[in-house]
Amino acid sequence: MITKRIIPCLDVRDGRVVKGVNFEGLRDVSSPVELGKYYSDAGADELVFYDITASHEGRELFTEVLREVASQIFIPLTVGGGIRSVSDFERVLRCGADKVSVNSGAIQNPGLIDEAARKYGNQCVVLSIDAKRVDGHFHVFQNGGRIDTGRDLFEWVREGVERGAGEIVLNSIDTDGVKTGFDLEMLKAVNEIVKVPVIASGGAGSIGDFIHLFREIPGISAGLAASIFHFGEVLISDLKRDLLASGVPVRI
Amino acid sequence: MTAIINYGVGNLFSLRSSFAAISEEAVVTGDRDVLASADRVVLPGVGAFSDAAAKLREAGLFSYLRELAEGGKPLLGICLGMQLLFHHSMEYGRHEGLALIPGEVLPLEGRIPAELDIPHMGWNSLRFVKKSPLFDGIEEGAYVYFVHSYAASSCGEALVADAEYGLRITAAVQEGNVFGTQFHPEKSGDTGLRILKNFCGISNKAC
Repeated sequence: MITKRIIPCLDVRDGRVVKGVNFEGLRDVSSPVELGKYYSDAGADELVFYDITASHEGRELFTEVLREVASQIFIPLTVGGGIRSVSDFERVLRCGADKVSVNSGAIQNPGLIDEAARKYGNQCVVLSIDAKRVDGHFHVFQNGGRIDTGRDLFEWVREGVERGAGEIVLNSIDTDGVKTGFDLEMLKAVNEIVKVPVIASGGAGSIGDFIHLFREIPGISAGLAASIFHFGEVLISDLKRDLLASGVPVRI
Repeated sequence: MTAIINYGVGNLFSLRSSFAAISEEAVVTGDRDVLASADRVVLPGVGAFSDAAAKLREAGLFSYLRELAEGGKPLLGICLGMQLLFHHSMEYGRHEGLALIPGEVLPLEGRIPAELDIPHMGWNSLRFVKKSPLFDGIEEGAYVYFVHSYAASSCGEALVADAEYGLRITAAVQEGNVFGTQFHPEKSGDTGLRILKNFCGISNKAC
């Protein structure tokens, strides 16, 4: 039976994980390799590394670190952050990424999705979308959720999948950081219109939020979160045990 | 030494790292002489069947791989590499495969319930249909990582393991010294590494 995926997302700046704090048994919580291993051992089904570096030097450090992570951790790795061209895809795939997530780069140049999907296969292209309610409609935002593109969420999702995105990460700006649960209304609506896997992001504050997500929307493929895992508020091993006990199929 | 075939298809970084992690020597190569001297060969691959088959031909390896396999060299096809082992695929038209294992590759679309996502992506559990040295020490129900939109069908006696996804998905096959996994052992954690280690323990029948 296919299982629901639990995916921690790690923000990386200049080759170091941002936000990592006090993990028992971890020497250096800002080491992407150590933290990645910790998560992988704890039962994470995939890892997302998000490069928030702005400088060229930082990018170099990121790819070096990615190479190290990929040579030691044997679960799927997705890389995002600053992906604007096929050569950006090439750069991170060469260092061991399995999937590449695009956001603003694809909004500015939607053809990037087609080009990358043709070259590396649809399974490699993850379309990450930040969305928010504006006057009763879901709008797509860009630049880390700062700029309203005015685009309709559903149109962008359909277009992205038609162009070749193999997976959608849907991050609700309305629930992000609030920690009162995923945006079920938005996720349900998007999940209904596409055939590719949809990953829920934004709003998880507790184990109960994940149970609620997979029970309410059985078609959702995965749940992604960052801070609740990093701050140790939710341990992935506990989360998976409770999901299983609640009848949600997960890999233990 | 294990040769990982490089024919311009797919990402070989993880595969190479996986062999390093289990302390097995592996080289990435498209060279016939290296392939001939290898103890075993891995055929990776992602993307479209017809492109991969064409690239294998362009690299002059299509019939050569067949010769090697027929000569008894252990061969492991992974994901699209496994699909290439069959007689043909119906991905965007009908395309001939290496015909080392009976069966054909068909789309999941239309064959699984409409509410299931395509691709079949994520960790799914294995059910063993028959014994294979590839799965020595691995328990029924072990989880492995899949990502594919097409799957092999009508493999007959070659079917070794399947996984449930609206239908019984062909997960692993074996015909003599020729093996295939639809899932990615190099992305399947410790279970996957054990499978690669098992493959490295299989010796050439011709020896």
